Amino acid sequence: MSEPILSVNHLMMRFGGIVAVNDLSFVAQRKQITALIGPNGAGKTTVFNCITGFYRPSGGSIRLTHDDGHAIQLERLNDFRISQQAKVARTFQNIRLFPGMTLLENLMVAQHNALMRASGLTFLGLIGAPSWRQAEQHAIELARNWLTRVNLLDRADDAAGNLAYGDQRRLEIARAMCTEPALLCLDEPAAGLNARESGALNELLLAIRGDGTSILLIEHDMSVVMEISDHVVVMDYGVKIAEGTPQAVRDDPKVIAAYLGADEEEAIAVMESGT
Amino acid sequence: MSTPNVRTSQAAQQPSGAAFIFKKALISALVALVLFSLMIGVRTEAGNQGGLIYWTRFDDLAAMVAAVFGGSIVVELLRQWLGPVDKEKLVPPVVRSATALAGRWIAPALLIFTFLVPVIFYDQRYILDLAILVLTYVMLGWGLNVVVGLAGLLDLGYVAFYAVGAYSYALLATNFGLSFWVCLPLAGILAAFWGVLLGFPVLRLRGDYLAIVTLAFGEIIRLVIINWQSLTGGPNGVSGIPRPTFFGIPLDNSDDGLAAKLGIEFSPTHRVVFLFYLILAMALLTNWVTIRLRRLPIGRAWEALREDEVACRALGINTTTTKLTAFATGAMFGGFAGAFFATRQGFISPESFTFQESALVLAIVVLGGMGSQLGVALAALAMIGGFELFRGLDQYRMLVFGIAMVLLMIWRPRGLIGHRAPTVFLEKSQAISSDLVKEGHG
Repeated sequence: MSEPILSVNHLMMRFGGIVAVNDLSFVAQRKQITALIGPNGAGKTTVFNCITGFYRPSGGSIRLTHDDGHAIQLERLNDFRISQQAKVARTFQNIRLFPGMTLLENLMVAQHNALMRASGLTFLGLIGAPSWRQAEQHAIELARNWLTRVNLLDRADDAAGNLAYGDQRRLEIARAMCTEPALLCLDEPAAGLNARESGALNELLLAIRGDGTSILLIEHDMSVVMEISDHVVVMDYGVKIAEGTPQAVRDDPKVIAAYLGADEEEAIAVMESGT
Repeated sequence: MSTPNVRTSQAAQQPSGAAFIFKKALISALVALVLFSLMIGVRTEAGNQGGLIYWTRFDDLAAMVAAVFGGSIVVELLRQWLGPVDKEKLVPPVVRSATALAGRWIAPALLIFTFLVPVIFYDQRYILDLAILVLTYVMLGWGLNVVVGLAGLLDLGYVAFYAVGAYSYALLATNFGLSFWVCLPLAGILAAFWGVLLGFPVLRLRGDYLAIVTLAFGEIIRLVIINWQSLTGGPNGVSGIPRPTFFGIPLDNSDDGLAAKLGIEFSPTHRVVFLFYLILAMALLTNWVTIRLRRLPIGRAWEALREDEVACRALGINTTTTKLTAFATGAMFGGFAGAFFATRQGFISPESFTFQESALVLAIVVLGGMGSQLGVALAALAMIGGFELFRGLDQYRMLVFGIAMVLLMIWRPRGLIGHRAPTVFLEKSQAISSDLVKEGHG
């Protein structure tokens, strides 16, 4: 159980003179939900962008270990290769769907690499080879399966841009899962969701974890973090300030200080005087 | 989506008295007076001795200003009578259901009609030539549609690939005596190669920057053709390009000709009809391949790239190769069309490959509705055929044509066919409104 899928070591990210992430190290365990929390501007999304290849880290290493023990240094891969080879999928804080394409098409695009191979780099597909038709049917079935799981099957042929906000969030998760990732990175999946939708999201994420996909999660909504995370990493000003189980983190005076904006010593003093 | 609402609220706030209309018309007339006083009021010409002679045409000027004044009043009255401009109001439901019905049958009807054109207009050489020209632009439009309409990459230098295709065929045929059917794939491959070559440096560019580099690329190809005299003949062009043969059988009045072999009387129209069916077949091949590609992962990746490039990268799509394949595929069809152009004309020169051609093909794609195959075909028919239709108006031809384009863009801002058809569906294929479909970064 306690076998890491992702280990971030001394990660450093500078933008000119600004240090967005400073010497950050943490480990995400396999088949668990790891949450990365912290106040606005703490550098959470920067860490995400480093892991998913949108930024190249200024220093440190990010190692991803697959089920078969095969390890990949993510800081050496860039861009699309992270998703293609390292099997890391992500969603975005501001939803990035393909609004002019249907839900089904969105999920088909996610299976691009598998389908490209099946279509013989387009040539087999162009002549309509039976193996391609079979692969396409398989891809449609996978998409249908995920549409059912996120409860959007009846809207499969609608444009993604026509969906309500909460539905778009779920579709984006389904799209990321259609790449069949080993690690799913979610950037504030519960942002803008109401209590009922947020509850449904929790169930979905727990089910994904149950299927054996590890999840790394940035979240502001503490009800989501506390309810489903196995492990929480707290960041502030680009450094890790606390780590542990949700319960332990919640009671950590440094975390409270970071969230309440108080001075650290002051916060400790406040808490000590309270007890 | 919110535009109609904004319009309605604006219209509701507008004053509507006679004084308002009069004031508006007066302002329009004043603007017209300032504009036209130099354009129409004074006419200048170079005299016999080279001096400038001029004369005034105040009566014409007065007529124009009066027309603007009257027209402005009529337009304003119409606007108040009809209410806010809204297509729901202007088009009655009966007409809309009729157009929907027509929309379903227009493609097959058009195709059947096109097949019958040489039969119907066998004696009218002018119409046959025009039909060949229209089909050439349909093919070019369909080719550019892959790059602009599907992948969303604005390419202002498409004529470069047309030129590469034309010169490939012309030079291979005149220097090495290769036949049209051997050169056709070669021309396509060479054009695709240039497409990839253009693609590499512009991969990082988006939008306006991409447009400018492609524009420059189109000019570079033309300038190279003009200046590389030893190979291309420079401004003199390449002449004596062999005519296409019916799979080896020439279409002339010799004893080996097709007419002699079939035992029918020779007529030069045979070749025109052959060329017509040749370009029709090539255009339909382009269409078929594009429709197939859209349903394959590569085509979906093109459209996804147009919708959101960052999301594509997050899903593991190699955006570099995806863009390059779009450029190469579009360029290949341009190259085929170029080879056809060369064999049809028998003579090519750099003059045929100016920026104006690129702009015309791009206008066809935009007017047709980006990404829509039928729309592009209709737009090519309207742009090339329609332009010929106005030939009787001689000097006002451009004016009428311009007004028609402006009106079309007001009524159908996303082109003749703006909606997008999904490439795959579970239950029922629903057209996607143009409001949701992105135009890409270019």
